Amino acid sequence: MRRAPALVALLLAGCGGGGKPAIRLAAASSLTGALSACASSIPGVRTQLEFGGSDALAAQIRQGIGVDVFAAASMKLPEALAAEHRARPPTPFATNELVLAVPSAGSPIRSLSDLVAARTVTVAAGSPSVPVGSYTRQVLDRLPAARRRVILGRVRTEEPDVKGIVGKLSTGAVDAGFVYRTDVLAASGALRVITLPAALRPAVVYGVTAVSSTAGTRQVIDSLLRGGCARALRTAGFGAPPR
Amino acid sequence: MTARRLFPLALAAAVGVTVAFLALPIVALFVHTSPAHLVGALGDPSARDALWLSLQTAAAAILLIVLFGTPAAWVLATRRFRGRSAVVSLVELPLVLPPAVAGLALLVAFGPQGLVGDGLRGAGIVLPLHTAAVVVALVFVAAPFHIRQAQSSFAALDPAVLEASRTLGASPARTFLRIAVPLAAEGLAAGVALALARALGEFGATLMFAGSLRGVTRTASLAIYDRFGSDLDGALALSTVLVAFAAALLVVVRLAGERRAAS
Repeated sequence: MRRAPALVALLLAGCGGGGKPAIRLAAASSLTGALSACASSIPGVRTQLEFGGSDALAAQIRQGIGVDVFAAASMKLPEALAAEHRARPPTPFATNELVLAVPSAGSPIRSLSDLVAARTVTVAAGSPSVPVGSYTRQVLDRLPAARRRVILGRVRTEEPDVKGIVGKLSTGAVDAGFVYRTDVLAASGALRVITLPAALRPAVVYGVTAVSSTAGTRQVIDSLLRGGCARALRTAGFGAPPR
Repeated sequence: MTARRLFPLALAAAVGVTVAFLALPIVALFVHTSPAHLVGALGDPSARDALWLSLQTAAAAILLIVLFGTPAAWVLATRRFRGRSAVVSLVELPLVLPPAVAGLALLVAFGPQGLVGDGLRGAGIVLPLHTAAVVVALVFVAAPFHIRQAQSSFAALDPAVLEASRTLGASPARTFLRIAVPLAAEGLAAGVALALARALGEFGATLMFAGSLRGVTRTASLAIYDRFGSDLDGALALSTVLVAFAAALLVVVRLAGERRAAS
């Protein structure tokens, strides 16, 4: 029993963090690298990060888990939460670009057309409910029906988040995958970008919203919009939000 | 109050907390939405695809596990050889491996750039993204459950009976098939049920090694996760079916245990 006070002190230290409010930030998988680098330096708060597919994070928020700020890979998902009065209306804080990625060593694929022409290409895409998968279907919907069908037929796995697609690509399990440009940059040379024709590209806009009214959500959102996290996002290749 | 009177109270409280904590999530699965919603969600063809794929792949995995695992368990239970304990540990390792580790291990072993990837490709075998990869993942994670159980069931057989079989002229193969396997039948059934339960619940290794595509690699567990973000009722409906399967398998394990205890 004599050790109890020390134990209690330790627990309090673990919870208190020097008096700064703890802010739980749930963020899209594609933000992993950029936000891991900047979250600890947001002034005035202690951020706890959780990454996942934006759709799965939104579902967790609907179940009432204690998320304070939600940074999604689309505007649609946080807007839906706002419409249900579960969050404030979102603010765009970054843009990204959907690309086709292939392993940088020895891939014969140079364009979207090669996906159709080659006989035995395997493709990884996001599940339709996760933003990266929804953007991919927007691209395919703009193709002639015959080409769309061929490419959809080559999709051999629908991953729950973008990390799953990158994983399948980097272990050679698939020949090509639809990911964000920032994912290819983060893979430090292992993957090569195939830019999609401008006419096909969907607008990829990331939205951030306050889910709780905890003091400190403002600092986190400010950092994403114009502070240290905004700089970290630009460094990682994310574009500035549309005005 | 004395400790003598406190202890029964503490025991009752511990039992109450334990039971409530373990039962509550299961109850919640069934009452979160109306039963009509759950049944309706099961009418979705993609939900039925997922359940059917789960049953097919689990059945294939169990067949392989029984075919290779049972003789292996027999050897481990009855023979003493150098390195036996190392082999036993190795066989049991997947039991305690995190599924993500299992998935990654399978990928770097049998994947296109894996340890034996070139050899497999030469033989025309490509595993990832195919239903066969699901079966491989299930065998890897579920086999130890059967092998462990089978091994202890064989080890518990009376050596005198096996000895009598041999002195009466039965070959070792005949002794194994006609004496040991029937005598250990209840234990083997329990092992199969445990392995089947683990196979039906597999998630991480399948997602990492096989991928997730409707009708090909998206088993019921993967379909639950896929629906989580977009269709909670559908996810709950599939979950209740898996709970029912798991409960049925537990009953099998229990009955097998009781029959064994009685005989």
